[in-house]
Amino acid sequence: MTYELFLFYVFSAALLYASTMVITQRNSVHSALFLVLAFCCAAGIWLLAEAEFLAIVLILVYVGAVMVLFLFVVMMLDVDRASNRAGYMKYASVGVLIAVVLAVEIMLVVGPGNFGLEKYPALVPQAADYSNTKELGRVLYTVYMYPFELAAVILLVAIIAAIGLTLRKRPQTRYQDPSKQVQVKASDRVRIVKMATEKKMELK
Amino acid sequence: MIALSDYLMLSAILFSLSIAGIFINRKNIIILLMCIELMLLAVNINFIAFSHFLGDIAGQIFVFFILTVAAAEAAIGLAILVVLFRNRRTIDVEEINTLNG
Repeated sequence: MTYELFLFYVFSAALLYASTMVITQRNSVHSALFLVLAFCCAAGIWLLAEAEFLAIVLILVYVGAVMVLFLFVVMMLDVDRASNRAGYMKYASVGVLIAVVLAVEIMLVVGPGNFGLEKYPALVPQAADYSNTKELGRVLYTVYMYPFELAAVILLVAIIAAIGLTLRKRPQTRYQDPSKQVQVKASDRVRIVKMATEKKMELK
Repeated sequence: MIALSDYLMLSAILFSLSIAGIFINRKNIIILLMCIELMLLAVNINFIAFSHFLGDIAGQIFVFFILTVAAAEAAIGLAILVVLFRNRRTIDVEEINTLNG
């Protein structure tokens, strides 16, 4: 067993353990944290498959941004944990059954017989000065330029949609209007009243 | 050496686990979203494994786009979730039946 294979098994075991914990944890915060662990293990596996740029992107974008967003939402929502588990076992058996059947079926197809080392021999590893990032960028900015721009538009739509969905005006909250504050004049604030001088009262 | 079938079987197990997660966590929409993220991760592992073994970088480009779309999906999904919780005070899938679908 080579060192690479050993690393692959370690990362795979950690990935499967973390994803099992994600789907069985009682607390959503724990689920989110185990999902972070799963993404980190997947990044290790991608490094073994010589996809260095995407491994770093997975950590930066997923662990750094998407999972933080998940954690924010989980902690913001006040979910009743006890009622969360009612009927937990009702679907567990059928879910596990379907998952096992699906896994066996997929593995019959993709097993070592069809996709083993004899059919798909491992390529020679890239040279030490090969840059995955440079190669990816060269293809991304030439051949896939149009899909790349579309992806940017999709992200823009996501920003606008997320802000538009969650933005709301509370009627009872008093907001400051800077435009009105700047436009106000002294004559709007101070009223000068002319009135006759009062007579001095005589004390008795 | 790591064979292509190792990667494919790993992602098959990961995909089945996330399907089981969707069945088990019928009460919590947040964990359903996390299961969808896990499914996308399994698909991405497939893409990267084939890209590695066929020597074609197009698979990695596709993973790049899947990551983009998944980030957008997570952002919009969580925004809808926040609005839903604000209005209904629940994230139970079985109680979200206003549309009577």
